[in-house]
Amino acid sequence: MRLEPREHSAWWLRAMVPLSAGFIALFCCSVLIIWAGASPVDALGLLIKGAVGSKFAISETLTRTIPLIFTGLAAAVAFRAKLWNIGAEGQLYAGACIATWLGTGMFDLSPWLMIPLLFAAGALAGGLLLLGPTILKTRFGVDEVVTTLLLNFIVLLFVNWLVFGPWKDPMAMGWPQAAPVVDSAVLGHIIAKTRLHWGLIIALASAVCVWLLMRFTTWGYEIRAVGHSQNASIFAGIPVNRVVVRTALISGGLAGMAGVSELCGLKGYLTLDLSPGFGYSGIVVAMLASLHPLGVILSSLFIAVLSIGADSMSRSLNISNYIADVATAVSLLAVLLSMLLTRYRIRWR
Amino acid sequence: MDLLHLFLEVGFWAATVRMATPLLFGTIGELICERAGVLNLGIEGIMAAGCMTGWTWVYFGGDLWTGVLAAAAVGALFGLLHAIFTVYCGLSQHVTGLGITMLASALSSFVFRMLLPNITTPPKIIPFQPLHIPVLSNIPFFGDVLFTQSPMTLLALVSVFAVAYFLKKTPAGLALCMTGENPMAVESQGLSVFAIRTGAVMIGSSFMAVGGAFLTMSAFDAFYIGMVNGRGWICIALVVFSSWNPGKALLGTIIFAAFDALQMRVQQQSGMLIPYQFYLMMPYVVSIIALIIMSRRSAYPKALLIPFRKGER
Repeated sequence: MRLEPREHSAWWLRAMVPLSAGFIALFCCSVLIIWAGASPVDALGLLIKGAVGSKFAISETLTRTIPLIFTGLAAAVAFRAKLWNIGAEGQLYAGACIATWLGTGMFDLSPWLMIPLLFAAGALAGGLLLLGPTILKTRFGVDEVVTTLLLNFIVLLFVNWLVFGPWKDPMAMGWPQAAPVVDSAVLGHIIAKTRLHWGLIIALASAVCVWLLMRFTTWGYEIRAVGHSQNASIFAGIPVNRVVVRTALISGGLAGMAGVSELCGLKGYLTLDLSPGFGYSGIVVAMLASLHPLGVILSSLFIAVLSIGADSMSRSLNISNYIADVATAVSLLAVLLSMLLTRYRIRWR
Repeated sequence: MDLLHLFLEVGFWAATVRMATPLLFGTIGELICERAGVLNLGIEGIMAAGCMTGWTWVYFGGDLWTGVLAAAAVGALFGLLHAIFTVYCGLSQHVTGLGITMLASALSSFVFRMLLPNITTPPKIIPFQPLHIPVLSNIPFFGDVLFTQSPMTLLALVSVFAVAYFLKKTPAGLALCMTGENPMAVESQGLSVFAIRTGAVMIGSSFMAVGGAFLTMSAFDAFYIGMVNGRGWICIALVVFSSWNPGKALLGTIIFAAFDALQMRVQQQSGMLIPYQFYLMMPYVVSIIALIIMSRRSAYPKALLIPFRKGER
């Protein structure tokens, strides 16, 4: 058996990638569901009902897509330049920390100034957090995968100290959480009586902006060129290190914005469960979208349906809700395989 | 605090060697993979899978040593999966590795929850007891530090020397190292790069899983979700620190564990002067610093991260 490169891959073949990955994930999880003693057809039905079965379910699913779009975009931009930013989780918390610092009574502005200011500050914090590992990569050749991963643990411990120590809200009945953000910093709800907030619009707008940036600007061209071939980029006179640093600021910034939107839109205050691993799911989202910024919207919807649906399915069938994490991981591996088959065909001899 | 006094203390060094054990297994495992040219970022998840497998094996009536074997077998299976993706298909080692970590961690949490539903406090097993090797444990100082440890710690120390010997002195080991430097040369010798890399990743992954199993079967006696807690990533930093050399890996791991043991002592003695979260950050900070210091002169395997395809240059 060997792999033979395809000269060109048809558009329908590339469109099949996320679909087949989804199917493989569902198939593998069916095996686990049968082992747990339930019917996979029932489980799938309950999953879909739990994710899109009612107005409330749909609003919950859409709420879940918001942070995933941001972290998915963060991974998509960075991976395009072959900058392996695995630190979106830490950058998310960095953004949330700055927004908490500025947004809990240091000053008060009209919401029209306050919210953009917090997003800008959060993006700056996320970008700066990624700047360290990136400069270590470009200057000293330190692998950014390990440094960004290790930074996630450091940032989480720092947040742990903040919410148990100096920032602990005395009004929170002893819970480890910071004070709530001021009213002018709260993102309003799009639909009354649901948790769906205006962060969704900001996330969608960011996806479009990132797409325009990557597709139509010199910056985007340079990012793609550096990711494609560093040597060719150097030959073409592209300042590779500067492009990588710029990519890092954009990627970290997007992850930081995820933190601000979760803080100001959903929770309202900084806690340790602000993100149940959105930074890591963002990698799956980006890969499912083949790193396309607009595809990120669809793939984060898929991951959101999976996690919200699996939550309600696991409750009614008494199956552990880690099934959603398994499905997410399988779809990441499956998408890698499917992408390979669009670029190569298998020859059996 | 009197540092000199601390460094002469038996208990401090015994704790250091104990804390180094899981890192030692993980670092050696990652080192084997990377010497063959494959980065294995699945380490964090494979360690979690080893944790869970070893513990459940013993909890459901298995023997301790067969539990270690079971963990190693599960590790090898995940290694095989990683090898199919990265070696045979030539897919991104970074993304595949992260996928393996996500899959292995999620699966071990899922299986643990399904086997033991509705529990609040994690049940316990009887872990490995410290060995008292007859003559050796009577040697002053070293007897207490090295020869009254859990048998798994001794296994870790022995395997470092075994792996060092294997990589430097045996034909198979030399072929493995050459695969990481120049796969074309290996192929021209009539050896299969695919087979060597697959074997290396599987063996390396089983070492990682045994490192995870040490946590539940020797260091603690219960399984908690998320108990690996970044140890896998630290191992990857330690491999860079060791310049892909088993002897230096042992040294690096001991220095690292000594730092860890030191911060725990300081934490106990200094009271609440510095919040405990900052002590817990130390291992990660030290790993990053170690990476910065060592990466400038590190001689990484030349073919690391580069997939090999027959007939392609």
